[in-house]
Amino acid sequence: MSETSAQPAHVHAPPEGFWRKHVFSLDHKVIGKQYYALALVAVFTGMFLSWLMRIHLVWPAAKIPGLELMSKAGAPGGIMTPEYYLSLLTMHGTLMVFFVLTNAPFAAFGNYFLPIQVGAEDMAFPRFNMMSFWLTFLAWAVLMLAFVIPDGPPIAGWTEYTPLSAIGKDAGPGMQWGASLWGISIAIFCAASLLGALNFIATTLDLRTKGMTLMRMPLCTWAWFITSCIALLAFAVLLPACILLILDRHAGTSFFIPGGLVASDRLQPHSGGSPLLWQHLFWFFGHPEVYIAILPSMGIVSHILINSMRKPLLSAKVVIYSMMSIGFLSYMVWGHHMFLSGMNPMSALAFSFPTLTITIPATILTLMWLGSLYGANIQINSASLFALGFISMFVSGGVSGFFLAQPSIDIYLHATYFVVGHFHMVMGVASLFGVFTGTYFWFPKMTGRYMNEGLGKLHFWITFIGTYCIFMPFHYLGLVGNIRRYQSFVDDFMAPYIPLHKFITIAALITGAAQFIFLYNLIHSRFWGKPAPENPWNATSLEWTIPSPPPWNNFGDKHPVVYHDPYQYGVKGSGGDFVMQDSPEPAKGSGD
Amino acid sequence: MGKLLGVVLVVIALVSAYPILKNQYPLPEDISTHGHLIDEQLHDTMVEAGISFIGAQLVLAFFVWSFTGRKPGSPLKDLPGGARMLVIVAFVIVGLEVLALGAFGQKAWASVYFTPAKADSLQIQAQAEQFAFYFRYAGPDGKFGQIHPEKIDEGNQNYFGLDPENDVAARDDIVSGELVVPVNREIHLMLHGKDVGHSFFVRELRIQQDFVPGLDLSVHFTTTKIGKYEIVCTQLCGLGHYNMKAYLNVMSQADYDNWFKQQSAQ
Repeated sequence: MSETSAQPAHVHAPPEGFWRKHVFSLDHKVIGKQYYALALVAVFTGMFLSWLMRIHLVWPAAKIPGLELMSKAGAPGGIMTPEYYLSLLTMHGTLMVFFVLTNAPFAAFGNYFLPIQVGAEDMAFPRFNMMSFWLTFLAWAVLMLAFVIPDGPPIAGWTEYTPLSAIGKDAGPGMQWGASLWGISIAIFCAASLLGALNFIATTLDLRTKGMTLMRMPLCTWAWFITSCIALLAFAVLLPACILLILDRHAGTSFFIPGGLVASDRLQPHSGGSPLLWQHLFWFFGHPEVYIAILPSMGIVSHILINSMRKPLLSAKVVIYSMMSIGFLSYMVWGHHMFLSGMNPMSALAFSFPTLTITIPATILTLMWLGSLYGANIQINSASLFALGFISMFVSGGVSGFFLAQPSIDIYLHATYFVVGHFHMVMGVASLFGVFTGTYFWFPKMTGRYMNEGLGKLHFWITFIGTYCIFMPFHYLGLVGNIRRYQSFVDDFMAPYIPLHKFITIAALITGAAQFIFLYNLIHSRFWGKPAPENPWNATSLEWTIPSPPPWNNFGDKHPVVYHDPYQYGVKGSGGDFVMQDSPEPAKGSGD
Repeated sequence: MGKLLGVVLVVIALVSAYPILKNQYPLPEDISTHGHLIDEQLHDTMVEAGISFIGAQLVLAFFVWSFTGRKPGSPLKDLPGGARMLVIVAFVIVGLEVLALGAFGQKAWASVYFTPAKADSLQIQAQAEQFAFYFRYAGPDGKFGQIHPEKIDEGNQNYFGLDPENDVAARDDIVSGELVVPVNREIHLMLHGKDVGHSFFVRELRIQQDFVPGLDLSVHFTTTKIGKYEIVCTQLCGLGHYNMKAYLNVMSQADYDNWFKQQSAQ
């Protein structure tokens, strides 16, 4: 049911011509797909880099065919140098955290579906939205430039700790121009993300259609909204931090560099700065960034799991409040990355307590998902498999956070593979499982075609089991004291664990290869997939009330009216066991 | 396929837990007086985290097994107690865990960081640089010479930038590439970063602390076992990071005294 709009004027005119339709588009759906495509390029690049690193770790003398073409200096004769390993490590982390985990679950799906799910024609500021994507693209291009400059990419890791990242070429290869490109790229990325976050917030607050109260918004819309609030505050801190870093590097300032440093036999011409300042600014962004990566996936999984279970969650409100609590607490915990950094040891306890406290809303969320499965009628398909896999992965990655939240245990586990296992599972893979869930579920809406279910399931099984084979052993290696960010294991005590590292590498190669099944499925189904009807999953939210793919102005000249919360499943409706959000037929509760 | 996922989840939970239960990946031997507190805390956390991990995976597996592939039209049920019960469970159980781990479990942290080093502890200065550690002892006069960064000259082995010509205290300072300490005596290690960030980590000692250029940081510890242990850098410091290491050489007091005399005589 919909009613004619009182305001016939559109947010923007229908797009005309190739450039306006596909390149510099103002349409949130095209921009969403552009973000997705960029994330796809970044994730395959990042994965390829991780392959190279894993191969080098266990076969350090191996000649990797073609590697010399990537960098003559970094891989003479195809054998990776120690500094090139660090370059790849830095680029892997930066690409994955910024251009994949921020872009895919948040910017891509959020852009595509948030306006439709609240019943809007487009984002509040379509021009800002276009600018936001193209700035992100520019940020990516600037970062990738580091691969082709003679200096090569930076070697300071994705955290770019100062003074290593601030003193320029004296710090080592890649630190002259590579690190500058990193700083410029991330500064641009921050500006783009701020525009995006503002847009999401304004759209959610101002463009909701009639009847769409806040509590009637789908859980993924809630998650994107909360994430935008987090992003607005987080990127607003990283942006000036990057600018100060660039000034230290090129304008002779000393924000992050103290006096009396001697690097490469040269007394550095700086004084008065503090390396800890960078760490505080970076992690004030960095920890909320973890939630920027995972919250959208929590929302996506909740939204889609409900559809697969054919019944609502035990309480959507509890899920919303839990996500809000996580967002709020995410600002009080950044110091847990710095327990051993030399800050006042008393503050370690002050940061430890809220970190442990985050476990409470995280546990509530997990119990909401688990408890709601009880008595459900779970439909198994590629989307729901990844949603269930997400819960498993979130729990596995989450429990190791228990260890790292305690400063006393961090004395031993800090900087070991335990940490690497923890964050890859909980923020990396779990978040990507949310993206896969969303892709398999929303693909029919975005293209009008189904993805291939058989290939989707094959993709799930290899990815799910493969991920455990890669990241669970990381925890064991951390317990024995295996240090991260080493390009080879020269310590004697590591000898017995090299076979386990080989196992991990093989698992990584197989799991990575399975992602090409996904890529094939994505491209093949886009053109030749089985045609899908408007609402193939019998879903209830507004995106399923419009054609697939949706027209440029989403709802045509109509504005939908909403009568229910989006999770009216397990009720008798005219179409089956569900009632659409815009259907005036009676349902279980209004959700207000 | 839902049933298969249930089985796979059980297998994953058990296979993941097995090496931990069999202690196949043990912590290295503890050679410090405070290390057992860290190990106990880690063990307690492992029990709590392990129960949460296995419990959640098994419940997920059971529900996935039970509630997939049901006949069409099977009645939907809600968990008895509903959301309210689960929220209370989360607050009570996890809240207690948080309190236990957060408030009462910080003995180890306190023993390393909240008690100052004893007045009679042996003071040693550690300097980290790309890509080596150097250790400085005050010499027979018990006084450290001043550091002058502009006088650092690696070619002439003046790693700390000492000025023995004008600084009397610096003349007898002992500089070593190895951290030599007497067993059962408290060591007060003062950390000095020369160029970029580094970190001091000895697995067996259960001590890890960053070197932050511009900040004078220190840690103190007492070793309990004679032997040689590896000191590694755990803060990414540049291309040679993986190979930045030195040794902690724990000796008897008599051996240490001898070593000290020999070094002083040089």
